[in-house]
Amino acid sequence: MSRTRLIFSGSGGQGLITAAIILAEAAVIYEGRNATQSQSYGAAARGGVTRSDIIISENQIDFPKVNNPDVLVCLTQEAYNATYGDIRPGGLLLTDPHFVEIQTKADARQIRLPLYRAIMEQIGKPIVLNICMLGALQALTGLVRQDSLIKVLQTRVPGPFLEMNKEALELGRELSE
Amino acid sequence: MTQDIKFIQGNEVCVEAALYAGLDFFAGYPITPSSEIAEHMAVRLPGIGGKFLQMEDEISSICAITGASLTGHKAMTATSGPGFSLMQEALGYAIMTEIPCVITNVQRGGPSTGLPTHGSQGDVNQARWGTHGDHAIIALTASNHQDLFQITVEAFNLAETYRTPVILLLDEMLGHMREKLIIPKVDEIPVVKRLRTAVPDGVDFHPYLPREDGRLPMSDFGDKHRYNVTGLYHDMWGFPTSDPQVIHGLIHHLMDKIENRVEQLTRYKEYFLEDAEVILISYGSSARSALHIVKNRRKRGERLGLLELQTLWPFPAGLVRRKTRQADFVAVVEMNMGQIVDEVKKVVDQHKRVFLVNRVDGGFITPENIKDMIRLIQGRGV
Repeated sequence: MSRTRLIFSGSGGQGLITAAIILAEAAVIYEGRNATQSQSYGAAARGGVTRSDIIISENQIDFPKVNNPDVLVCLTQEAYNATYGDIRPGGLLLTDPHFVEIQTKADARQIRLPLYRAIMEQIGKPIVLNICMLGALQALTGLVRQDSLIKVLQTRVPGPFLEMNKEALELGRELSE
Repeated sequence: MTQDIKFIQGNEVCVEAALYAGLDFFAGYPITPSSEIAEHMAVRLPGIGGKFLQMEDEISSICAITGASLTGHKAMTATSGPGFSLMQEALGYAIMTEIPCVITNVQRGGPSTGLPTHGSQGDVNQARWGTHGDHAIIALTASNHQDLFQITVEAFNLAETYRTPVILLLDEMLGHMREKLIIPKVDEIPVVKRLRTAVPDGVDFHPYLPREDGRLPMSDFGDKHRYNVTGLYHDMWGFPTSDPQVIHGLIHHLMDKIENRVEQLTRYKEYFLEDAEVILISYGSSARSALHIVKNRRKRGERLGLLELQTLWPFPAGLVRRKTRQADFVAVVEMNMGQIVDEVKKVVDQHKRVFLVNRVDGGFITPENIKDMIRLIQGRGV
């Protein structure tokens, strides 16, 4: 696919905007593609619905927003209810049963992964939920290579936390299998 | 040759480009959606021997950069609508005293505190007319990161060349969006250095005596020469005057140095204009949506074209008149109640074929918004 449109939506503080930046940066810096990442947000630093739109393409990207995503990640019920109807037919809709009760009628491949439970059981720090999600998404879509994501983590994550993030990324990959 | 590729926000592009252009002084007061400019300046400037000052407000911010510029530094401040309003008086001072500087306004919804976290292009006319009295101004914008880098460097170049403040108009979408930027190599984009006087130490220096080419060499304030700087009408020594002949000369000089050079100051891009029946005119981030719909409709056989303005002021009247001559309709796409559309109406032969295509609810104008409005203009219904 020459162009993939993604939306990550959830609650402020879940790290979804950071995840969006890491994914898009991996595509641009380490895989030589074009990407845009934009976000909508309110005045609050935590809570409230956050949404980040990502487009990854071989070509120039003009309009940077996503109306109908090929890939939709929802990590709150509110986010899911607001956007699940927008997904492109046949798209990939990733949720976590800890946060979201899904509708059966969405015209998409709905994948539910217990990301939160796995993170809490195996790492114990909810802060890497976003990276675990990226690990799963990478394995499910092959949109970027896992090593590109790791390279971005190496530049963005402070040393003492790098291993935990890599662990979360790998945990996501395992969950997706 | 490896390229220096970044994936950063538009606000950070503005910082990198300003540093490329030689900026070594920034003073500002943080305000959404411009705050990342101050944030990154605070990180970058100390490491290269520059100065970053967080001021108590926007009035002091613009005063600090004019002062720094007068002493020989390339300087910028960055703000958004409410702060830009506060800067208007001192902007006029910088125009009158002919002090080069760059003022970046990352536009958000107004009036007043308006919509801090949502985009708008509502300050276009404020950039032109916000400060009092007759004056001319240069205001530039861009729609993507690569262009924004180029245009930011040019803003500094034009400020130095014409000894004038230059307004850089971004908007929330462009400022916060991340995309690819290839940092140009050193000297890839020319950088205009400060033109300093050759008048030696101890010899009388006239700060407002133009050379034959109209440019005014400067002397770093507080260095070799003593001279006066005032916002009052002044003579070539910089001292206040009420001599009608001098006043007449100065106001004409301030206007002419910009208004007589519209063609040289015009920056623009064009797409599919040759055979376009409907020409979209847009600028800043909304030009991205316009370009998207133009490409999309072209695939379906509709003859749409886009003229993207990067110089908003002085308004490129001749360019717009020439490029739109053949069009059935001209649609001006902007996120305000119609600011550039009025300028377009003034310069085309038939103003009744010029329409405003806008969005002002805080949402980013979409290709679908534009498509629907164009269909209405064409009488085809949505």
